[in-house]
Amino acid sequence: MSNYSYIVFIPLLPLVTFIVLGLFGRKYFKISAGAIGTTSLLTSTVLSFIAARQYFFVDGKVNGIYQKIIACKYTWLEFSPNVSIDMGIIIDPISVMMLIVVTFVSLMVHVFSLGYMKGEERFATYYAFLSLFTFSMLGLVLSSNIFQVYIFWELVGVSSYLLIGYYFDKPSAVAASKKAFIVTRFADLGFLIGILILGFYGGTLDIGLLIQKLTSLQSLQWINITTASFLGVSMLTWGLVLVFIGGAGKSAMFPLHIWLPDAMEGPTPVSALIHAATMVVAGVYLVARLFPVFSMDAAALSIVTYTGAFSALLAAVIACTQTDIKRVLAYSTMSQIGYMMFALGVAKQGGENGLGYMASMFHLFTHAFFKSLLFLGAGAVIHLVHSNDMKDMGGLRKLMPVTHIAFLIACLAIAGIPPFAGFFSKEEILLAAYHSNKMIYGVALFTAALTAFYMFRLYFSIFWSKEPTLHHSHGEGTISMKLPLIILAICAVGVGFVPFSTFVTADGAVLETHTDILFSIAPVSLTIIAILLAANLYKTQNNKPERLATAFGGFYKAASRKFFVDEFYLFITQKIIFPLIGQPIAWIDKNIVDGCINLLANITGKIAGLIKGFQSGKVQSYALYFFGGIAALAVIFIYLWK
Amino acid sequence: MSDVPLSHILFVSTALFFIGMYGLFTRRNMITMLMAIELMLNSVNINFVAFNKYLFPDKLDGIFFTIFIITIAAAEAAIAIAIIINLYRSHQSIDVEDATELKF
Repeated sequence: MSNYSYIVFIPLLPLVTFIVLGLFGRKYFKISAGAIGTTSLLTSTVLSFIAARQYFFVDGKVNGIYQKIIACKYTWLEFSPNVSIDMGIIIDPISVMMLIVVTFVSLMVHVFSLGYMKGEERFATYYAFLSLFTFSMLGLVLSSNIFQVYIFWELVGVSSYLLIGYYFDKPSAVAASKKAFIVTRFADLGFLIGILILGFYGGTLDIGLLIQKLTSLQSLQWINITTASFLGVSMLTWGLVLVFIGGAGKSAMFPLHIWLPDAMEGPTPVSALIHAATMVVAGVYLVARLFPVFSMDAAALSIVTYTGAFSALLAAVIACTQTDIKRVLAYSTMSQIGYMMFALGVAKQGGENGLGYMASMFHLFTHAFFKSLLFLGAGAVIHLVHSNDMKDMGGLRKLMPVTHIAFLIACLAIAGIPPFAGFFSKEEILLAAYHSNKMIYGVALFTAALTAFYMFRLYFSIFWSKEPTLHHSHGEGTISMKLPLIILAICAVGVGFVPFSTFVTADGAVLETHTDILFSIAPVSLTIIAILLAANLYKTQNNKPERLATAFGGFYKAASRKFFVDEFYLFITQKIIFPLIGQPIAWIDKNIVDGCINLLANITGKIAGLIKGFQSGKVQSYALYFFGGIAALAVIFIYLWK
Repeated sequence: MSDVPLSHILFVSTALFFIGMYGLFTRRNMITMLMAIELMLNSVNINFVAFNKYLFPDKLDGIFFTIFIITIAAAEAAIAIAIIINLYRSHQSIDVEDATELKF
């Protein structure tokens, strides 16, 4: 077993950067903050690639199966010899894959932000927050203890909150950051309870041990957790579903997706990093991390499947109607994460059945590249146009050729046109769905077509449609903004050819995949039809989109209002929870709880007022009381005490 | 040995004690109050010596205790006078009625 302890520096470098920039940034590193953050992250990225090379090509494999390696472990809080909260680092295919994704995308975003955020007042603070986020996310993917996951999970939530609310003088940004934090916190409550259930019955919080105990059918823990039940559902299902609720909150799955579109109030590079490539896939990662346990419970897995599929479809429909380009991308993110979720849901442990797992991780991997490319491209567009609305854009292909090509590549990738990256991963997902559940396959196919449609609606509206209205062009932006776009565009083409199934599979063994040309015909032709439709509707300015919108009537209106989910939640909270639960509780708090304490304080005050006269400050009266007391005691003890 | 009975001596010491107590309560001058306290201490000393002499003639405990109290009283007088001097420096007076800041 070779040494992986240098991996500890991958998350620690951003932490150090965060501390240095957070404490001294505004004073000493106002200009150089970006360079410092980028350099430290570049080091982390290089270390990640070294670790990946070592793991995948040198010594990760024993007898043809990739091993789980605990690189280092430090017991932090010990409750009993078995149950402890450790700070450990786990190395296995998915954590190494996530290391690459997180450091690489984060590096691209750091470089892009050098140009995008230039001249901002709180430039150093921005980089400090980015570093904090990168640290938390790396900590999350490397965690070997489920409670450690939870700690970093919350840290990720906090840094997301800080970055969404970066423009804190904008009320909408403040509201969005609060919304994101509250919704994900609400989901995290489920996660915490889920952890406690699994930890209680599993007898450990260590992920490796937990999986080992809860997957062997003879173990005492397995018998306990499957026989205990609550409301007729076994505790295993409860624990897993609650953990999944936490994951669904972070990954913006229906019905906890409402924070993601609003989170687009943050700076665009932040959206690219947090709300496209890394944090929002934490839920998928969590399910994948605990997948061996999930695969033991069909009910929990089918919840994962249907939630994922429904979210994918819902988000795709909403995305077709939005006009804010970042919101379109947000819904498309939600839709793609839905894909990853149901791919996990249709997978099973072992051999051929693990195709869905591999496909999900593959899609996570490719999605990170093309979606962050889309967001960074959108960032470049917004930087030029100073607006998020599609209607203000059009014909930009002449003004920003690099962005145009990069964006086009990303659109083709997400639509799933061969040979771009998205094609390969989406193909595996569809194949996995086809083999397990035909209905899910149908939803996935339809969503794939919708995806192509709304992405090209976006593409044509931004880059074609009409002649550019603005001529005061200050160019596409600096080299630091173009370089990430170019690199990511190359990745969006190239990563599809990574032989992913030899690296990341459910059981660590190589999975044989065979691309079936016949199977690809249906999705690819549907996608091409959708693209042609979008080109027909949006390539030139015409009134066909309006006619189409009126044809769909009420459905279009409902979709453009996001199916009233926000309004529904507002109704629930403001009309039901606040008056029926919140106000009575507030009354009890103010009158009964506070009242008891105030009563005590008042009584004490009254008594003090009565007896404070004794403390007159006159020494002789004190002496008099003293002698009086002695005399009284003398009388009592000598004459009265018999 | 002597015709003076114990009760006479106790009468003297009791009188001395209450004279001291009266002085402590009525005088406002701190030096005088200190003197009154010395009177009370000495009345206790007389008690010790007298009981030792009349009740346990073959022991010396009471006499030693008296010597001990005299020593302590000397030390206590030194500290008390130091306090009084400091009080005078801060209040320009050694009247206890003038130093009543430490109250509710």
